[in-house]
Amino acid sequence: MNKTVNQKAWFLVLPVLVLVAFSAVIPLMTVVNYSVQDTFGNNVFFWNGIRWFEEMLADERMWNALGRQLVFSSIILAIEVPLGILVALSMPKRGFWASFCLVVMSLPLLIPWNVVGTIWQIFGRIDIGLLGYTLDAIGIDYNYTQDFYAAWITVVVMDVWHWTSLVALLAYAGLQSIPDAYYQAAKIDQASRWAVFRYIELPKMAGVLMIAILLRFMDSFMIYTEPFVVTGGGPGNATTFLSIDLVKMALGQFDLGPAAAFSIMYFLVILLISWVFYTVMTNLDKRDAKG
Amino acid sequence: MAKITLENLAHSYLPNPSAEDDFALKELNHDWADGEAYALLGSSGCGKSTLLNIISGLLIPSQGRVLFDGQDMTHAPTAERNIAQVFQFPVVYDTMTVRENLAFPLKNRRMPADEIARRVQKVGAMIGMEAELGRKARGLTADAKQKISLGRGMVREDVNALLFDEPLTVIDPHMKWELRTQLKKLHHDFGHTMIYVTHDQTEALTFADKVVVMYDGRVVQIGTPQELFERPAHTFVGYFIGSPGMNLFDAELAGTAATVDGARVELGRAYAARGRRVQLGVRPEFVRIGTGDAGIPARVRRVEDVGRHKIVRLEVAGREVSAIAGEGTRIPADANRITFDPEGINVYADDWRVAPEGEAA
Repeated sequence: MNKTVNQKAWFLVLPVLVLVAFSAVIPLMTVVNYSVQDTFGNNVFFWNGIRWFEEMLADERMWNALGRQLVFSSIILAIEVPLGILVALSMPKRGFWASFCLVVMSLPLLIPWNVVGTIWQIFGRIDIGLLGYTLDAIGIDYNYTQDFYAAWITVVVMDVWHWTSLVALLAYAGLQSIPDAYYQAAKIDQASRWAVFRYIELPKMAGVLMIAILLRFMDSFMIYTEPFVVTGGGPGNATTFLSIDLVKMALGQFDLGPAAAFSIMYFLVILLISWVFYTVMTNLDKRDAKG
Repeated sequence: MAKITLENLAHSYLPNPSAEDDFALKELNHDWADGEAYALLGSSGCGKSTLLNIISGLLIPSQGRVLFDGQDMTHAPTAERNIAQVFQFPVVYDTMTVRENLAFPLKNRRMPADEIARRVQKVGAMIGMEAELGRKARGLTADAKQKISLGRGMVREDVNALLFDEPLTVIDPHMKWELRTQLKKLHHDFGHTMIYVTHDQTEALTFADKVVVMYDGRVVQIGTPQELFERPAHTFVGYFIGSPGMNLFDAELAGTAATVDGARVELGRAYAARGRRVQLGVRPEFVRIGTGDAGIPARVRRVEDVGRHKIVRLEVAGREVSAIAGEGTRIPADANRITFDPEGINVYADDWRVAPEGEAA
């Protein structure tokens, strides 16, 4: 069949192109612009090549932040995914309590990031916070502004509190899509509880869990507001994750060039990881379709 | 293998059933004889699956008892009952191979590996999937998946009963015959008690020794296919079994005859029909078409030739009536009357069959 060639069709794509250009491409290009230039003020820029990139790659500070970031993301995934599944499995399947649980579970998701940060910042204070005061009263040395472990635990627990619901809700949706007949057949086949989970529930949840892991990974990899409000990246640099470090560099020190180079590499890392996830997921789907 | 007894069994999905209508399954007493093949026939929502799930222990009845060989199993969990059940929609464990799927119920019962392998091979052959035993169950067609589900039911040889809940709905017609034959063979070889739920009368009549017809949560008749055809105990059985179903005529009884639409119909026997609504039930096979003044006035609407015979649709006093005529029979153009074979007439009072005087009900 001959395809009709009509170059005018490009005009139909134009509105989207313009929109994307203004919302993403042009701002990104500004960053690219900064990353390859240097300035001594007065709005005079000159070409700097890839020197900022070389400098950033050699900079221990960025690698440390990346290391902390990866450790943080791994920890919260390792906690939130199993915990979310566990919560989803123990939620009632139907009736009033199912709706009730769903509403309660979605509450943390509805709270703005900086509010979550503020809640935990106050919650953990030794002088007025319920958590901090209680821990202090029973003799546990807890101070997230001073102690490395206390700060990490606070940030991790806060993220778990905020986002486990998302994993749980997605896993719950996956569980709800399993027809009763599967459970009945498993009973007839005398499958153990573990076998039901391993051979029925987990395979049926695999798709949504992949999405949950992707979402949680991306989100935690870009986390900024909550730790910034609670610990401000401290004590020292203990909870300075990539975004916090980037903002410190770009706005705190006004090192626009290195910060722009940093941003672009940060962006590429996220793009790479998303691509890997996407490829794995589509391959899973293809395997499903082909059998 | 066991005889399964249902005692005053009834079930309601409501927490506090009071009226009879609240019950999905109305009070029922029945023995499922050991080693017999039953078909449970009825339209959708008549309580067939409820009954099956009670027997297999997936559902605890609101009242009554379930006995296996006289032992009370009403509250025993499914695992203790040793029952195999196959569901309407295929259930396979996606991440396992076909072989692992078939072996699963045996493995869960800690059977020795060589015995499992032997049975899986045998069942694989029965369902025609020997060549595919090694492949993953994910992505198989609905047919193939249902065959695996059937296989998982058949692989256990020592079960008390095998229950099938409309298992062949998703399978294509050619394979249906094949699998039904395999099931019959399995029944012949092992003598399991089998209960086969279906809403397809052909399936029920070809599979079973005894057919149990359910209607509105109640068992209305249990009998051989022939009994169901000749002496339907309830108008529903007459309507549901047979193609087309039984014709019903409002009638008044007087002695050994009845009056239908002003015409006299000889019954040959007297009936003591009590009830508000008396009806004659006549299967299309026993309706004769003729001309003249004898019989009930009727008008031929159309004739459907289905090959082996013709189905004649007639109008009698505004209602549709069907008759079956042999392939060679000519339907006269001026046909205006129908008559019945006295043999083929059943009398119903309020939908239940009334036995003629002198015959046991």
